[in-house]
Amino acid sequence: MEIENTRPKRVDFIFNKEGIDPLKVVEKTIQRNPDDIILDMIDSGLKGRGGAGFPTGLKWKFTKNEDSPVKYVICNADEGEPGTFKDREILDQVPEKVFSGLSICGYTVGAREGFIYLRGEYNFLLKSLNEKLKRFNDGLKKMGLDFTIQMRSGSGAYICGEESALFESMEGYRGEPRNKPPYPTVAGYLGKPTAINNVETLVYACMICQFGPEKFREIGTRDSRGSKVFSVSGDTPKAGIHELELGMTVQQFVEEFGDGDTKAVQVGGASGGCVPRKNFKDTIIGYEGIPTGGSMMLFNSSRSMYNVLHDYLEFFTEESCGQCTPCRVGCQQLLKGIEAVKRGERPPAYLEDLKKLAATMKLSAKCGLGQSVANPFVSIVNNFREEIIY
Amino acid sequence: MNKFSVNLTINDIPVTVPEGTTILEAAKKLDFRIPTLCYHEDLCVAGNCRVCVVEQVGAKALVAACATPVAEGMCIHTNSATVRTARKTIIQLLLSEHNADCTKCYKNGNCELQNLAHEYRVGEHVFIDLINERRLTIDDLSPSIIKDDSKCIRCQRCVRTCHDIQGVSALAVAYKGDHQKISTFLDHPLVEVVCTNCGQCINRCPVGALVEKTNIEEVWDAINDPTKHVVVQTAPAVRVAIGEELGYDPGERLTGKMVTALRRLGFNSVLDTDFTADLTILEEGTELLTRLKKVLVDKDETVALPMTTSCSPGWVKFIEHTFPEFLPNVSTCKSPQQMFGALAKTYYATKKGLKAQDVCVVSIMPCTAKKYEANRPEMRSSGYKDVDYVLTTRELGTMIKQAGINFRNLEESHYDSLMGDSTGAGVIFGATGGVMEAALRTVYEIVTGREVPFKNLNILPVRGIEGVREATIKIEGCQPEWGFLEGVEVSCAVAHSLANAKKLMEAVKAGLVNYHFIEIMACPGGCLGGGGQPIPTSAEIRNKRSQAIYNEDAGLPLRKSHDNPEVKILYEEFLGAPNSHKAHTLLHTHYTPRKRY
Repeated sequence: MEIENTRPKRVDFIFNKEGIDPLKVVEKTIQRNPDDIILDMIDSGLKGRGGAGFPTGLKWKFTKNEDSPVKYVICNADEGEPGTFKDREILDQVPEKVFSGLSICGYTVGAREGFIYLRGEYNFLLKSLNEKLKRFNDGLKKMGLDFTIQMRSGSGAYICGEESALFESMEGYRGEPRNKPPYPTVAGYLGKPTAINNVETLVYACMICQFGPEKFREIGTRDSRGSKVFSVSGDTPKAGIHELELGMTVQQFVEEFGDGDTKAVQVGGASGGCVPRKNFKDTIIGYEGIPTGGSMMLFNSSRSMYNVLHDYLEFFTEESCGQCTPCRVGCQQLLKGIEAVKRGERPPAYLEDLKKLAATMKLSAKCGLGQSVANPFVSIVNNFREEIIY
Repeated sequence: MNKFSVNLTINDIPVTVPEGTTILEAAKKLDFRIPTLCYHEDLCVAGNCRVCVVEQVGAKALVAACATPVAEGMCIHTNSATVRTARKTIIQLLLSEHNADCTKCYKNGNCELQNLAHEYRVGEHVFIDLINERRLTIDDLSPSIIKDDSKCIRCQRCVRTCHDIQGVSALAVAYKGDHQKISTFLDHPLVEVVCTNCGQCINRCPVGALVEKTNIEEVWDAINDPTKHVVVQTAPAVRVAIGEELGYDPGERLTGKMVTALRRLGFNSVLDTDFTADLTILEEGTELLTRLKKVLVDKDETVALPMTTSCSPGWVKFIEHTFPEFLPNVSTCKSPQQMFGALAKTYYATKKGLKAQDVCVVSIMPCTAKKYEANRPEMRSSGYKDVDYVLTTRELGTMIKQAGINFRNLEESHYDSLMGDSTGAGVIFGATGGVMEAALRTVYEIVTGREVPFKNLNILPVRGIEGVREATIKIEGCQPEWGFLEGVEVSCAVAHSLANAKKLMEAVKAGLVNYHFIEIMACPGGCLGGGGQPIPTSAEIRNKRSQAIYNEDAGLPLRKSHDNPEVKILYEEFLGAPNSHKAHTLLHTHYTPRKRY
């Protein structure tokens, strides 16, 4: 592992407006062959910044290779993961870069329409986004690109950030995840091949087209190329948004952002894993260690990890779409289970039953939501067992 | 699309299946049964109960066998330790949110969750009981359907049935997370929303969350009441399905044994709805001819064509909600059940020397909507409630079991006289296209004096399983009084299941099609697939019942409604002629426009 940086290295790509005109990037890029753009994306090593980390170049390639006269590209701006607030800032500060990335994606895969699915709670951004979008769409028209972007608004359900539930929501149905396969690149929005990317991913795509894949690839690690925007919250004097090179350890992160008393870091939001102090040194933030959509929550010793877990489970119990058994009932059982153990109504050994339940949820839930509830549950129960019981 | 073959192994046994096959179907081919709950072969795949999860070697999670298509080289294990643990846990989870008080449950003994719990020997409940903490209500306000949310396992079969098969969407998923439930418009009771009472949801509910409102006890009370003369009528589709409640394979014709069983249950007279089915043909056929005359000869623009049938109470309620502007098109004829009730309390009572109030009419129907129909306020033309109690085929099965009757050993017997005679035309009312076929057999002969020009009277174009079917009959060689129909091509359409009915009516509304006569049955396959029929249901089972119905028709000496001797006597002695004033008073009805929610 090539981790040489002794502290998190700050970078300034995303929010930097110097030396880049998003519309010009589109104009320049669409002179190129789509296959070459895809090669650049693959070459850059860019992986989806929403959390799942699917290689962006491959996603575009699969969508492009589908034989369909109608395709769509979508920007997933349904940023609902607790502790994540980077997309809001990106859309507020540099929306044109997002539009640019989406337009390039649309050109590359052969789509004529793009959508930005905006989280319901971010509707306050809608007016200004629409104004900027109008100018951008006009710009695309002027350069002769047959591609337009429209805004779509969510209604506040966490599950609609799951890509297939997002399509259902956009189509006017209840936001419930679909069975996979087929994957979105084959049958997504309205059953057509769809490339759906996170807000931040599209900005990096725009940057890669402007500055070349080498520039992106030269930082980070082999498995985690480039940088990432982190949403830092909790017990930290530096709460906020920080763009950092990937590949640091949690220890390095905590040294920079902690308050000196950090006992645990929740990496990746409520659906991520909890890293206790004893593992800080050995845990790399990145795809080779603990991947994250950007949420970093720091907890110091004044915090009860029971309360932390309880809050997460309450969140999932409420935000499960409710269609599949492991998630709908499993979340409730985990929540009621730790309450029962805390109250002494069930023995501490019941936590073992609940861990088995969490394992089943991870294996059998229909979508990523239900599958990932096990992450916080198992990591917190394993590392803070006493806090859960007593 | 070309279907390529895909090779895979299931539990290490190689199998080759066409591309697009699911793991569940491929496993079935190898005789590996994978348990399911949300899967139903009549419905689109949901993949939400997760009971059918299997292990796919190399995949990071288990996959749902019902929702996952096979792929080349796939290695599937349907019964590995991981699969068993996950499956058992999922069953335990379902039980923790399910009111598992099985002995009190109406579906006790015919419950898919109960079967799975038994099969996996779930034992002590591991998880916390979630049922008491919820505000889960029982909706028992409908005369047809009881919806008990405490039993619901949210498989959404009912939602898919109501939307996909019926196009009604009275039931839908509401709320999310722990509050998610199957609900109606603003949580109103079923009786206040677009629900047509068809009961198709009941047929597909794997548990006891949706069941019929039973009237078994009321019927036993009536039978035991010495002051009551209890007559029972049996609908055509019951005789080909009752066997499934009593251990027979689907498609067994058990008319004679059923009649004997009903007599042993203590009914004073065992009569046949087929009798009033024949009567319906004469009333409805005459109505059709009258409408045609008014349109073609009198040029009366107030007369509505196409005329649609009115036998199916699910269809009637559907059109009242969904196409109220087409209510003038619906035949004014009551359904055979209600004609029977009205006559039982007038004609029958007089002939038998009974007071109308002492006659209790019980119907055995393949239908839950019939319960609603019997309770309509307009169904009291005899001065009393025309039909007192409606039992489903399932409830009759239960009564026969309660009475300890050894059904298999029963002798066959005939229906009692006076409203017990029937023809093959009455029998085929139980299958989609049957009313149309019966009507054509009679109308054609009235008009031309000759039998319909089809071999053995079998009008095959209106039979079958396609959702919407069309047929045209050219009328030639008319009797003098029907000369205005000479050369007219009578254009007919048949639809079954309400989603198909909706499609057909939308085409009519848009002016895309022109028909004279439309038959619509609310349930897939017609009454033989009705919401009161034995559970389970499938296309195969419905097909077997359908064959049984047409075999029954083919084997009867009389096969045209107007040949029914008791119907002839009824007109001579009591009604006068079809569509007479008396017939209108007793046998015809009116409809009510309703709101669409």
